[in-house]
Amino acid sequence: MRRERRKVVANEKVGPYTLLRVDRGGLDPGIPGQFFMLEAPRRLLPRPMSLCLAPTRELAFLVDPIGPGTRALCALEPGESLAVLGPLGNGFQLDVERPLLVGGGIGVAPLPYLSEVLGAPLAVLGFRSDWHAEAAALVPNAQVCVEPTLVTQLVPEGMHVLACGPEPMLEAVRRVAPGGQLAWEAPMACGYGACYGCAVEIDGELKRLCVEGPVLHAA
Amino acid sequence: MLLNASGCLDALTAPDVARSLDAFVTKTVTPEPRDGNAPVRIAETDVGMLNSIGLANPGIDRFLSRTLPQLAKLGVPVWVSVGGFAADEYAELCSRLDDEADVAAIELNVSCPNVESPAQSAAQIVATARLATRKQLWAKLSPAVPDIAEVANAARAAGADGLSLVNTIRGLKLDDRTLEPALGPGAGGLSGPALKPIALAAVHACYRATGLPIVGMGGVSNGRDVLEFVAAGACHVALGTVLFGDPDAPTRIRIELAAELERRGLRDLDEAHALAHSSVLAIPTT
Repeated sequence: MRRERRKVVANEKVGPYTLLRVDRGGLDPGIPGQFFMLEAPRRLLPRPMSLCLAPTRELAFLVDPIGPGTRALCALEPGESLAVLGPLGNGFQLDVERPLLVGGGIGVAPLPYLSEVLGAPLAVLGFRSDWHAEAAALVPNAQVCVEPTLVTQLVPEGMHVLACGPEPMLEAVRRVAPGGQLAWEAPMACGYGACYGCAVEIDGELKRLCVEGPVLHAA
Repeated sequence: MLLNASGCLDALTAPDVARSLDAFVTKTVTPEPRDGNAPVRIAETDVGMLNSIGLANPGIDRFLSRTLPQLAKLGVPVWVSVGGFAADEYAELCSRLDDEADVAAIELNVSCPNVESPAQSAAQIVATARLATRKQLWAKLSPAVPDIAEVANAARAAGADGLSLVNTIRGLKLDDRTLEPALGPGAGGLSGPALKPIALAAVHACYRATGLPIVGMGGVSNGRDVLEFVAAGACHVALGTVLFGDPDAPTRIRIELAAELERRGLRDLDEAHALAHSSVLAIPTT
């Protein structure tokens, strides 16, 4: 893990979300599904964000402005700087046959980079509105549905699922496609195992998602 | 000496951060393994952060057989924080650690705001633990008492070698949307900038009352904060919440501290020690 102060290259609106592009500097983009801790202006704690895209010399993060930290990140102007720590955690295991990317809402965030690395496999994405679904443009080869249709209705059989989305979606994906890889989310203060804040129950034990995850193999 | 506050660093997942400190303080170890409290465990507020981890730890058996041997390899002195729900549990833990050459000191966590308090007072716990070990004993106290200097004096009389000041103080955050507690267990321990003036007052009062060595902690985020704690009477300073956002903080803070000392014409930290008392030391304490 490495922490650098990086400059914002651009902050682009994608539906309700913002694609925050920062200068990469000496940071490694890591494996799809890994995440970075982004310093949120005027906030005490950084915010965990999985890498969305890794353009040349840049790192790009898809941010949903849901609270004071994420709103401050979305309001950053080109040329402003922020501390970036990462890559952190365990990403997706990439040597799988018949991969299918599954994303819900802001859970689409790690899928553009994952799609790029895997050579644009089939993706199914679910959103709560057409406005939110504008983020689907970041993922090639994607089928898109909007509520009340659920993304699990689009999952074909016999595929290895790599999914990210809200917890109810991941639970539903686990039921229709066992044996896949699921990227989970939890509040985190540090992202590197120090705070024990991101504990989730894994195999009956509370474990730190930042150390054991965020990508976990579904039973 | 720069340390981490207990529970704010895992030296095994971040060994380089541990090596940038002068000593590593473990997360509190209890007699039995504990999963800790149910999520959600952390929340940010406008003035600090709340946590309710609930002393998640592997228990003393696994700590001694698995964790301590790995910590010993880091080459950083290890302070072990211990916690329990009765004085004899602290004594048992201290007795188990007494023969461990790799343990430099023991911190008695008698003040976790996220679990049930022990039945006995801090002084009773210190006295019982004192009989069980020859190791240095540091009593970690809560500032949420009417007179922390009185607690500190009692801890000294019971045999504490030093004081760790302060633990977090209980706070509550409500979810903006639901107006329900943001943390799963309800309230949690408040740390970060909001704690600094409270911690400084505790260090100042306890130094005057006891003269014991003190590890000062609470909202330390830069070199000037370290200097303030030392001026208030601390001989060591521990970093907590700042490590979450900035694992490079120890290195940065040492550089800032050196510049701060130079700017004020102070030769070293020793010269700054207890400066805040130079005009008040003559006042007798009650």
